[in-house]
Amino acid sequence: MKSKKGLLVRSIVYAGALLCLSALIAIILYILIKGIPHLSLSLFSFNYNSENVSLFPALVNTVTMTALALLIAAPLGIFSAIYLVEYAKRGNKFVGIIRMTAETLSGIPSIVYGLFGYLMFVTTFRWGYSLLAGALTLSIMILPVIMRTTEEALKSVSDSYREGSFGLGAGKLRTVFKVVLPSAVPGILSGIILSIGRIVGETAALIYTAGTVAKIPSDLLSSGRTLSVHMFVLWNEGFNTNESYATAVVLLIIVVGLNALSHAAAKRLMKGQ
Amino acid sequence: MHVIFLISALMSVLAVALICVFLFANGIPAIRQIGLFDFITGETWKPSNDIYGVLPMILASLYVTAGSLIIGVPIGILTAVFLARFCNKKLYKIVKPAIDLMAGIPSVVYGFFGLMVIVPLVRNLFGGSGNSMLSACIVLGIMILPTIIGVSESAIRAVSNEIYEGSLALGATHERSVFKAVLPAASSGITAAVILGVGRAVGETMAIIMVAGNQAVMPSSLIRGVRTLTANIVMEMGYATDLHRGALIATAVVLFVFILIINVLFSLLKRRSAK
Repeated sequence: MKSKKGLLVRSIVYAGALLCLSALIAIILYILIKGIPHLSLSLFSFNYNSENVSLFPALVNTVTMTALALLIAAPLGIFSAIYLVEYAKRGNKFVGIIRMTAETLSGIPSIVYGLFGYLMFVTTFRWGYSLLAGALTLSIMILPVIMRTTEEALKSVSDSYREGSFGLGAGKLRTVFKVVLPSAVPGILSGIILSIGRIVGETAALIYTAGTVAKIPSDLLSSGRTLSVHMFVLWNEGFNTNESYATAVVLLIIVVGLNALSHAAAKRLMKGQ
Repeated sequence: MHVIFLISALMSVLAVALICVFLFANGIPAIRQIGLFDFITGETWKPSNDIYGVLPMILASLYVTAGSLIIGVPIGILTAVFLARFCNKKLYKIVKPAIDLMAGIPSVVYGFFGLMVIVPLVRNLFGGSGNSMLSACIVLGIMILPTIIGVSESAIRAVSNEIYEGSLALGATHERSVFKAVLPAASSGITAAVILGVGRAVGETMAIIMVAGNQAVMPSSLIRGVRTLTANIVMEMGYATDLHRGALIATAVVLFVFILIINVLFSLLKRRSAK
C-alpha cells in the first residue's frame, strides 16, 4: 500500500515538473518553427517602412538603450552596494531605509515606472518621447537588481582578502577597488547580464517614455523603439504577423545568449571560491 | 569617496520618493475631483462622458491574479519540490537553466504566444472570442512559474536536512518525508514565493493586453474580455487629456498601493522564514 501511495505522489511531482517544462518547450518550439522561415535578410535592412517592416532600427535602439541604462545604473548600483557592504557600520540608520527602498523598487510594476518616467522626464522636463527618458526610467528599474547582486558578490569575498590588503598597508579605498571588487567581478557581471535581460524584454516602461518611432534616432532626445516595443506595436497595428514571429525569434536568441553568458559568469564565480 | 558611495546608495531612496511624489501629485487631485468613493466603487468607465469608475479594473486584476495562481502555484511548487528533492544532478543541470530561461523570456513574447495559441484554443473549446479572462489567467499562470519556482526551491533547500532525515528515521518514505516534514517547514518561504507571484501577476501588463480583450466592463464570465488596472493605463494614456489623464494616473496610484501592500506582506514573511 505504502509504496503505491509513494508512487502516486512521485508521479504527481514529476507531472508538475513536466507540465512546467512542456509549457516552456511549447513556447520556444512554436516561436522558432513559425518565426525562422520569416527571418529574411530584408528584415535587417537599414530603414523601416510600411513595405519592409525592418527590425534593424529596433535592434540598434535596443543596444543603445541597454548601454545608456547600464551606464547610469551600473556605477550607481555598484557604489551603493560598496557603501552597504564595505562602509556602512552596524546599526547605521541609512542601511535599513536603503534596503527597504531597494526592495520596494524591485516590486514596482514596469507600467508604473513607465508612467513615472512619462510624468517626470517626458512632460515635466519637456524632453518628449526620447531615448534618454527611456534609459533613465529603465536605469531606476534595474538599479535594485545590480545593487542586490553586487551586494551578494561583495559579501562572498572572503574577509582574509581585505585583512591581507590592510596588512600590506593599503587604505580602505584601495582595498575596495584593487582587491575586493576584482574578486567580485563574476557576481557583478551576472547581475549586469540579468539587467540586460530586463532591459531587452521591457515594453511597458518604454512605450510612454522612449516612444515608438521605428528609426535609429539621431540624438538622445529623439524617440526610438526597442525590439520588444517593436513587437508590441506590430501587434497593435494588427498586420505583419510574420514579422512579429521573426522579431520574437530574435528576442529569444538574445535571451538565450544572455542566459548562457550569466551561466558562464556564475560558473566562474563558483570556481573562484 | 565615502560620501560618493553614500550618495549613490541614497539614489534608490530618492527614486522611490520621486515616484511617490509624481504619482500622488498627479493622481490624488483627480481622485479628489472624481470622489474617492465614486472612483473606487464606480462600475462604469466612460471617459467620453467623464465617468471614471475603476472597480471593473480592480476586480479584473484580482480575478486574473487569482486565476493565474490557481494554475501557477500547484505546478510551481511541484516543480520546486522536484528540483530540490526528486531530481538527480544531471537532470538538474538541464532543468534549472530552462526555468531561468523562462524567467528571461520577454512578456511580449508570452503575450504573442498567448495570442496565437491560447486565445484560439479557448475560442474553440469554450466559445466566445477567445480574448478572455481565461486566456489571461493561463498566460499569466505560465509567466509566474519561474518566480514561484525560484523562491520556493530555495525555501525548500533552506530546510535543515535533520528534519528530513528525522522523518526517514521514523520510518516514513522519501515522498512522505518531503511532503509531511520538509514542505511544512518551508511553508512561510513558499508563501513568500506565492506573494511574490501575486506581485508579478498584478503588475504584468503587456502579455495581458494582448490576450485579455480589454473591454472596460465588469468581469462577468471566464470567457469574456476584461481589462486590468495595468491594461487600462497602457490602452488610454496615449491620447488622454485633463481629468481622463488624471484618472489614469489615479489608476496607477491604486496599482501602486496594491503593490506596496504586497511588498510589506512579502518582507514580513521573509523575515519570519529567515527566523
